[in-house]
Amino acid sequence: MSALIEIERLTRRFGGFTAVDDVSFTVNRGEVLGFLGPNGAGKSTTMRMLAGFMPPSSGTARICGADILEQPVAAKRHLGFLPEGAPTYPEMTVTGFLEFAGRIRGFKGGELDDRVAHAMLLTQLEGVRLQPIETLSKGFKRRVGLAQALLHDPPVLVLDEPTDGLDPNQKHEVRELIRRMAPEKAIVISTHILEEVGAVCTRAIIIARGRVVVDAPPAVLEEEGSSLDDVFRRLTLGTEAHAGETA
Amino acid sequence: MAPALIVARRELAGYFATPVAYVFIVIFLVLAGALTFTLGNFFGRGQADLQPFFAFVPWLFLFLVPALTMRLWAEERRLGTIELLLTLPLPQWQAVLGKFLAAWVFCGIALLLTFPLVVTVNLLGQPDNGVILSGYLGCLLVAGAYLAVGAAVSAMTKNQVIAFVLAVALCFVFGTAGSPVVTEFLSTRLPILADIARGISVAERFGGFTRGLVAARDLVFFASFIGFFLFLNAVVLDHRKAD
Ligand SMILES: Nc1ncnc2c1ncn2[C@@H]1O[C@H](COP(=O)(O)OP(=O)(O)OP(=O)(O)O)[C@@H](O)[C@H]1O
Ligand SMILES: [Mg+2]
Repeated sequence: MSALIEIERLTRRFGGFTAVDDVSFTVNRGEVLGFLGPNGAGKSTTMRMLAGFMPPSSGTARICGADILEQPVAAKRHLGFLPEGAPTYPEMTVTGFLEFAGRIRGFKGGELDDRVAHAMLLTQLEGVRLQPIETLSKGFKRRVGLAQALLHDPPVLVLDEPTDGLDPNQKHEVRELIRRMAPEKAIVISTHILEEVGAVCTRAIIIARGRVVVDAPPAVLEEEGSSLDDVFRRLTLGTEAHAGETA
Repeated sequence: MAPALIVARRELAGYFATPVAYVFIVIFLVLAGALTFTLGNFFGRGQADLQPFFAFVPWLFLFLVPALTMRLWAEERRLGTIELLLTLPLPQWQAVLGKFLAAWVFCGIALLLTFPLVVTVNLLGQPDNGVILSGYLGCLLVAGAYLAVGAAVSAMTKNQVIAFVLAVALCFVFGTAGSPVVTEFLSTRLPILADIARGISVAERFGGFTRGLVAARDLVFFASFIGFFLFLNAVVLDHRKAD
């Protein structure tokens, strides 16, 4: 079985408003899925449900075969998740924070130290290891969140805007990192930077108003229009106008 | 190490990384000391025991414990770290238990720091140290009961002011339910309610401890009281975590 992520008819309502509407897709090992859509399309909500934080109104998902509703802890063990905005405990040091996440994941002693050191190496955090996170700049904070998601070398990565707020060098580093990890993992990243999709993703899903409107490799999308930018605008503006008419 | 203990350790370190811990402890010690020596007439009573101290501690906890618990879940929500904590591979109840344990240990530390009182009575006379010990145990259990109530309330609302006021009100109800004013009022009208009030009263159970009586049924009462509210906390958290 190569589908590491299986999303099945996932739906989330807030009152009368449907933020995520009957979304289904699977992601196989080796795939990097770019999850695109305008603000408020439902990307973060979908990722929150997949990560087992927000209970779905209906539908479910499986991570490495573990159902997020029936075996939440097993599903989370296989997952590295970067929540939107990369939240961290501000008073902790970078090392302290990563050690906390590592301990919860069951590492101890020398292995814990190795894991933390390796994650800091991947995200270039060694220079600030002992600094309290609240004193770091935005980009460094994001990298701490990323290091936390990579700590246990999980088969499934779900990253909500991983390169938001990073400088061009760091964006490049993170994309390189994702490309290098891609063959052994199933990765979902959400982003508003469309050239990133062409650079790292093997497949793109565009959602608008909670529904999947396109699911195709970026190259195929670019053939359709002159650029990914145009395709994105045409598809997402189209759905909004359409929804406006019917409403 | 159990996930709850890892969470508790992080949480406790967090208390001491901010002024919250120091302000709480200093206020607690100053008030406990001042009330015991002035209103409690510690020296004038001519008795070597800590009864005045034990009489005031539950009242101090009534306000200080909700101040501690109001930010328990609200702060995680504000920072967004709740999303991080609850997507780590630990059962949710372990996170609930861990946060509670950290706050409880913290109250224990505050209580331990009142040791000069114990030293003083021992210098001045021959107190029954067994009674003092069971009194302290009672204080710790009252703190645990109030903490469990406050933690459950803080899972219900994002608003820290509401969390504080609600927790004080609830703790007040559980604290005073068994007091003569309440039970006498009830027993003239609805005797069955008077029994219930006595049954759920934290203060009623605490009284035994201050007289040196550590009864199994009182321990069971506190254990089930705390257990019930932690369970409630976990259930509420499950429903409200993403709101
Ligand atoms: N807790 C909540 N209560 C009510 N509505 C919510 C809640 N969380 C999200 N929504 C709504 O659901 C919709 C989808 O939000 P979501 O955060 O998933 O968007 P997004 O695609 O991640 O957008 P962005 O690109 O801005 O990050 C939005 O309209 C948002 O207002
Ligand atoms: Mg988002």
